[in-house]
Amino acid sequence: MANQALGAPRLTGPQPVAKPEVVSSSRAETAPLIKAGDSRIPDGIFHGAVLSCGVCVLGLVGVIVYQLVTKSALSWHAFGWKFFFRSEWDPVNEQFGAWPFVYGTLVSSLLALVLAVPLAVGVAVFITEMCPRWLKGSLAFTTELLAAIPSVIYGLWAIFVMVPLLREYVEPFLARYLGWTGLFEGTPYGIGMLAAGIILAIMVVPIVSSITREVMTAVPQQQREAVLALGATRWEMIRTGVLRNARAGILGGVILGLGRALGETMAVTMVIGNRPEIARSLFAPGYTMASVIANEFSEATSDTYLSALVEVGLALFLVTIIVNILAQLLVWSVTRGMPRRSNA
Amino acid sequence: MGVGIKVEHLNAWFGKTQALHDISIDVPANHATAVIGPSGCGKSTFVRCLNRMHETVPDARATGKVRMGELDVYNGTAAVQIRRRIGMVFQKANPFPTMSIYDNVAAGLKLNGFHDRQRLDEIVERSLKLSALWDEVKDTLRKKSGASLSGGQQQRLCIARALAVSPEVLLMDEPCSALDPISTGKIEELIFQLKENFTIVIVTHNMQQASRVAEFTGFFLLGKLIEFDKTEKIFTTPSDKRTEDYITGRFG
Repeated sequence: MANQALGAPRLTGPQPVAKPEVVSSSRAETAPLIKAGDSRIPDGIFHGAVLSCGVCVLGLVGVIVYQLVTKSALSWHAFGWKFFFRSEWDPVNEQFGAWPFVYGTLVSSLLALVLAVPLAVGVAVFITEMCPRWLKGSLAFTTELLAAIPSVIYGLWAIFVMVPLLREYVEPFLARYLGWTGLFEGTPYGIGMLAAGIILAIMVVPIVSSITREVMTAVPQQQREAVLALGATRWEMIRTGVLRNARAGILGGVILGLGRALGETMAVTMVIGNRPEIARSLFAPGYTMASVIANEFSEATSDTYLSALVEVGLALFLVTIIVNILAQLLVWSVTRGMPRRSNA
Repeated sequence: MGVGIKVEHLNAWFGKTQALHDISIDVPANHATAVIGPSGCGKSTFVRCLNRMHETVPDARATGKVRMGELDVYNGTAAVQIRRRIGMVFQKANPFPTMSIYDNVAAGLKLNGFHDRQRLDEIVERSLKLSALWDEVKDTLRKKSGASLSGGQQQRLCIARALAVSPEVLLMDEPCSALDPISTGKIEELIFQLKENFTIVIVTHNMQQASRVAEFTGFFLLGKLIEFDKTEKIFTTPSDKRTEDYITGRFG
């Protein structure tokens, strides 16, 4: 009651300081230090302000979806639902399909996660649990610095340094020893899906590792001590006492990293090869949704072409939403109540 | 069966601050020994030195000799081995929140590579019975998380977890300081039964608790062991003036 009135402006209109009812109440002998005001108006203003912030974001997404849908109407009418699953991309004959781009985006992002997550979690474990104190700050800082480098710089570095290395050493090696999987065959160009996956992985590592580091730091010390006191080695302590408790947060970090990988444009388009093809081999060039929009928007001459590009944008939007929903379900299944069975 | 612990000239540091000065105690087997003293006197540090948990804190170190039965704690034995034979219960109950009650109790055994399901079931049941929690949780063993129990139950779960690896010594670092009187009573009763099979060292702030559960009591002050004797003697006719001042409530 008392703090409700603190600093509240008076209601409009005259208001008696002491109402008769107040006098008749049992505590009326001593006048209240803080006069009862009305908190409804400032609360109302605050409520309205934050509500409009929330509505703004929703509205923004709504406008984006509306624009994507209306601007892609031409291609929508020409190809219908099949647009998302068609593989032709032939601007000359005005035949469009988004499937190679959806495929390229998903495969390059998943490849990035496969490469980045173990590295990022490893870095985080090292920094939080084992790193000598003098190295801790600089290592954490350097990891996060990776996130601040513009993606075009990554792209240039990839073209001039990473791709030659891949072409000369890594891809021939993979082809010789892992060629039987079918994922590493064909001519090692250097440029291709593998290069895109690796460069994305490098860009995703700082995000995943800094979030993992945060959630691992947040695990209470008592949990670590509980495991240690049972006679656990350091690795067992990290696995049972830290990673297990932090897994929901780590998954959250992976999802954010995935979001970055799905939408990344510049660095990917510089190394992926930009060919709308679907090949099993990771050496083969591919194309992503973000890349095709960036590359072909300025040269889209016909209305259908332009409309098809907008619909690729719509596809990217949908893929992002679907992937995020799946990821949320994963987090939910991990955190809900408790695991049905643990194999710790 | 429990074993006695022989501590000789134990010193402990946090960085440059010395927390324990030349402690020598013989903790008798199969009895409860209480460690009392004002806040910051080093009593927690002392028990954490016994199972080498002290050294898990950055910059902390300890010197001296601790013998547990035939085992030399600080010489020639890995800390991991020591901690498997000396169980510990902490001030704040710390069950693993992502594990079921069953998995909490079985955690120590699984860490040690024990996976025989039938034996695990037996040991989990026995440990929970020992810690007087079995009747309250037997129907929800695998369904409920360790963190879903009440504070007192959580602490008894932690005791069961420590007992499951069949240690010889059980260290308790203010196990009741966050609990209500009823839960405290249950845990004290438990200590009474446990000391038939284990050696117990209990740190406590509560002098009544020390006199209720322990046969022997050590009084710590400013990192030094002032007096160690039968509990009765400490609380009736202490030989040191400082002990008397503390137990009569003149300071601390």
